[in-house]
Amino acid sequence: MRILISLLDGLLIGFVYGLSSMGLSLIWGVMKVINLSHGAIMALGMFFSYAAISRFHPGLALPAVAVFGMLLGLLIYGVAVHRVISAPHLSSLLATFAVNMIIIGVGTAVFSTSPRNIDYSAGALVLGDIRLPGSRLLAAGASILVTALLYYFLYRTRSGKAIRAVANNRLAAGLMGISPTRSLALSFSIGTGLAALAGGLVATIFPFTILSGSTYEVKSFVICVLGGLGNPLGALLGGLVLGGIEGIVPTFMPVSWVPVLEFGLFILVLVLRPGGLLGEK
Amino acid sequence: MMLEVQAVGKRFVGLQALKGVTFALAEGEILGLIGPNGAGKTTLFNTINGVFRPDTGRIIFRGEDLTGQPPWEAARRGMARTYQVVRPLNELSVLENVIAGACFGRHALSVRKAAVVAAGVLEMLGLSKQTCQPAGSLNVAEKKRLELARGLAARPYLLLLDEVLAGLNPSEISGMVNIILKIRDSGITILMIEHVMQAVMKVSDRLIVLDDGELIAEGRPSEITNNPVVVHAYLGDPRDAERLMAGGRA
Amino acid sequence: MKRWYQVGFWLPVAIMLAWGAAVWAGGEDAAREKAFTLIMFVGLASSLNILLGYTGYVSFGHIVFFGLGGYMGFYLMAVCAWSLPLAALAGGVVSALIAGLLGLAVLRLRGAYFALATIGINEAARSFVSNFEPFGGSTGLSLNFSVYQQYGGAGKALWLTFALMVAVTASAILVSAMIKNSRFGLGLLAIREDEDAAMVMGVRTPRAKTIAYMASAFFPGVIGTLYFFKNGNVEPGDAFQLHMSIELLVMVMLGGQGTVLGPLLGAVTYQGMRGYMLTSPLFKDLHLAVAGAVLLLIVLFVPAGLVGWLRGYFPKLRRALE
Repeated sequence: MRILISLLDGLLIGFVYGLSSMGLSLIWGVMKVINLSHGAIMALGMFFSYAAISRFHPGLALPAVAVFGMLLGLLIYGVAVHRVISAPHLSSLLATFAVNMIIIGVGTAVFSTSPRNIDYSAGALVLGDIRLPGSRLLAAGASILVTALLYYFLYRTRSGKAIRAVANNRLAAGLMGISPTRSLALSFSIGTGLAALAGGLVATIFPFTILSGSTYEVKSFVICVLGGLGNPLGALLGGLVLGGIEGIVPTFMPVSWVPVLEFGLFILVLVLRPGGLLGEK
Repeated sequence: MMLEVQAVGKRFVGLQALKGVTFALAEGEILGLIGPNGAGKTTLFNTINGVFRPDTGRIIFRGEDLTGQPPWEAARRGMARTYQVVRPLNELSVLENVIAGACFGRHALSVRKAAVVAAGVLEMLGLSKQTCQPAGSLNVAEKKRLELARGLAARPYLLLLDEVLAGLNPSEISGMVNIILKIRDSGITILMIEHVMQAVMKVSDRLIVLDDGELIAEGRPSEITNNPVVVHAYLGDPRDAERLMAGGRA
Repeated sequence: MKRWYQVGFWLPVAIMLAWGAAVWAGGEDAAREKAFTLIMFVGLASSLNILLGYTGYVSFGHIVFFGLGGYMGFYLMAVCAWSLPLAALAGGVVSALIAGLLGLAVLRLRGAYFALATIGINEAARSFVSNFEPFGGSTGLSLNFSVYQQYGGAGKALWLTFALMVAVTASAILVSAMIKNSRFGLGLLAIREDEDAAMVMGVRTPRAKTIAYMASAFFPGVIGTLYFFKNGNVEPGDAFQLHMSIELLVMVMLGGQGTVLGPLLGAVTYQGMRGYMLTSPLFKDLHLAVAGAVLLLIVLFVPAGLVGWLRGYFPKLRRALE
């Protein structure tokens, strides 16, 4: 029974992990860029939601966080990513990492490293012996909703299809009259918006500092590789796998071994099936 | 026999790229490999060279079975290869590119000895003035000659040329054809994929024709041009053309 | 290709040895401390350059060899009472061997996948060591102060460590120069430019990459042991800082990747900038942000780094700036 509770707990968090990795996965899938500022953006999302939730209803605050993330993404794309989009991978890795350093640097100066906590309680769902915190259920629910919206966008709207075309073959898409820059910028900003939103959701569950993003960033790498870089559904599944592991393992091993397992799995998947368990898209 | 390709087959998911291709190449020959686009010519090169492992069949180079060996084994035994879309080592200088070819080819030369070989080859190919320029700064024709120089510097027994004439203008083509003949005269055997018909007909001792993964014809250039199977492969059924011109439907 | 007597070849090594000799002769503790840190980074950056600059494989987690080698060397000194030089050498050898093993798995990966794998390796190593009792688990290991008596007291021990650090870094630079001007190095550069073409040319790519990886891991292992000896203790948080790893990357890029002089210039410049910012009231809290901005500017506008820029501006000096 204890294992079941742990597992459910882990899975609920897993949805949020999945959401956070989706942004990373999308950006990689569309433009082959690994956004190393992903964690920093999540952290900013945490702070933004902290500020917003104390003033507005979460139903309003969280979409605002997402919009904030998207605008930030547009800025980052224009300044740092656009010039190196066709350069060798190292350039874009370093460019996004530089952005990461800038955000963390400024953030540490402005916010200091003391932890913040959002005073937010949504009660709990009680099923017999099982007690599921409301905030986690809502976060998981929000993640699923957003995933569905993302899929709708990518497969049913014109902009979404344009993005998929550019991801498939940038040159050909351009020749067909789709502006690659527009699609690239849009997908980058959606990616960062997802990251910020995920950060905002995490903030409703755990305390955070400006440095909290880095843990999630590393987890996001693991998840993206598990689920296949570029495959948003894979990201969600990968998140569930990771969440599940984090839920179950502490019941029979000291918690400190969890990272070892996570990274061991990461390296194993990279080496044996670099395309991820579900394959790249 | 310089090279024997025996019943080589290669499948990629959903596509049988090569179906039981068999032919032999004698020392000192120039063998032209022609066929419509998508016939599998570059795939064949890739299996001979070691980039792909054939699913069936064998590759015998100078009596040694090279099937499935990694590409550097072929290089070290004296097989050099150029690419259809040239692959220069962009940030390195022209000279360094060719030295690299010489260092890792048939003889494992030291950098100093390789430099001497490289200088000679570059002179032969008319690139002596550009030796210190980065390879990425050359124009297309020069890059093709660089690619060739890199292959020659390895002192190969067999040179595989993949559409070395593509993208060249007529005067560049005739220059390159002369170079190819000089290479053969120096004792190197050549297997070349080409689409530039008049050039390959002029230069080749024999031709083999690939269509849809199969070897459909083999023989001297004069025999091949009149071979109806070959014409069909390139142009389609001649009777369709007659019907169209008579006003009917194909 | 330079011969050993040509300026471009011996200049960086000479600079390192001269610098070390000057500090040694001066006998001042403060100068030694400052130089120690700088020279350490020069050595680390030079070894990363062998993998990154020559072979073109981007490692974000290179610091793992500093940590693993350092832990091994430290263990040998603290628990098995080995002497510093021997333990440091062992630290390097162990690092190289681990790199050889890891390489079998990860060197098959290309580009971004390899970079991610190196991060994973670093994080895995850190979590593993935190749980590994013989290495002290999450609290790490400490040196009994009496160990320093072996070397004639703490003061003498620190000078010895400094001398060894200079020797290791000079060796790293020398090896870097030797590789760059050798047939082996040419093979690595070919792999960097176009790995598939290199294979077809005849370069035994798996073997070449593995040797490069092992060479790039050896020096950090030695350096780590020296560093932790001086520190007196080692713990997982210090040994596997991803942050430090990335700073190495910045140093190599700033100075000019793929050159011998680059890591030296880059390390000195970056540390100089960092030192300045930490003491300046204006930039104190922002040094990370400024470093980030500098990195961004380099990547966007001067990808060849300082050495590349200098070679462009002073063509006459090209022979010396290698």
